Amino acid sequence: MKKHVLRPLWVAIFLVGSILIARVFLVPDDFGVHGDSFTYNFYRLSNVQEWKDFPAKYTSEKRCRRCHDENAGLLRESKHAKLRCQNCHGPGAGHPKEIERLSINTTRDHCLRCHQRLAYPSSQRADLPGIDGAKHKKKKECRKCHNPHHPDLEDM
Amino acid sequence: MSCSRREFLKNTMAGAVAAAMPACSVILLAPGEAKAMTDGSKLRWAFLVDTEKCVGCGLCVDACKTENEIPYDAPVSRTWVERYVITKDGETHIDSPKAGRDGFTTGEIRGEEIDPEDIDKAFFVPKLCNQCDNPPCVQVCPVGATYQTDDGVVLVDRKWCIGCGYCVMACPYGVRFFHPIHKTAEKCNFCYHRITDGKQAACVQACPFEARKMGNLRDPEDPVTKVISNERVQVLKDEYGTKPHVFYLGLDEKVR
Repeated sequence: MKKHVLRPLWVAIFLVGSILIARVFLVPDDFGVHGDSFTYNFYRLSNVQEWKDFPAKYTSEKRCRRCHDENAGLLRESKHAKLRCQNCHGPGAGHPKEIERLSINTTRDHCLRCHQRLAYPSSQRADLPGIDGAKHKKKKECRKCHNPHHPDLEDM
Repeated sequence: MSCSRREFLKNTMAGAVAAAMPACSVILLAPGEAKAMTDGSKLRWAFLVDTEKCVGCGLCVDACKTENEIPYDAPVSRTWVERYVITKDGETHIDSPKAGRDGFTTGEIRGEEIDPEDIDKAFFVPKLCNQCDNPPCVQVCPVGATYQTDDGVVLVDRKWCIGCGYCVMACPYGVRFFHPIHKTAEKCNFCYHRITDGKQAACVQACPFEARKMGNLRDPEDPVTKVISNERVQVLKDEYGTKPHVFYLGLDEKVR
């Protein structure tokens, strides 16, 4: 064969060869098809475990009740029974060991998530007791008058 | 070689039948479908959203952002809550301020005050990744950085993702975005670290109204599976053929 054909051919073969060799070192052993479908199951298997090891921030309600049974019990008997501890008290994993105090959300805006009156037909939002946040005791935190663990207008 | 007319016709018929047989047996069951019918995986996660119960408090979005380390003030979120207000003049007003993270604390929609008298219907619709059976986002990934696990959840490999953004464009539900810190594709994964550890997903646990639930479709006794198989549920954008696995109760035709 002529030189001008052979030269670029050797270059091409060298390039393809070096890419194939590099691939052996760069692609992890567990990368490949793990399942029925080449389209959907082509991945690095160890990534599944990496996701499983992602740290959880929220703990279980049961764990809250182990120490804070008084407030949790009061809440369960009240109109706020549906609420979860961590809705207001924030994520509790690592408490009390690593995180000594949880940051409690006591803002008006937090209460208004549910209690800002929005008269929406066909939505349960309309059935919740609501106020107009822009008018009702504008500058005060709700908990100054209403007990979040036992909200009852008659008990105030 | 001699061949009578009778023999010729007989052979032709037999040949046609023989050719048709294996063809139809292949068409009836693809290998994946056959496997699903015989043994297959014992677990297929599905999500159930009851839009009748959602009040738009946004506690799910708040919990999701914290649990999954999505920067709190960045304008991205793995899940979000949309508000639909349909007025008597036939207009549909939709908004989702800050993905609904702080709830809906005003009647104003996109700077427009709507008179409650004018409202025909109004409701909230939580949205998240549909963990499709035919995920278009996975099909388009050029490097195999996103994939479907054997329990049906679509995950993103942050180490492998090159950030090309094809998957962000491919998702018909718009659930994918770039993580502002990792600079890789990001999306809801049903809190994979929680559900595989026997915990509830962060949004499911945070919802005080039980508008969000999760279950195993392969378990006929699962309460969520019972609702999905016995009640009238809907999925989003069924016509795309993605086979989404987030099912909605009480969805309105205006929801897109």
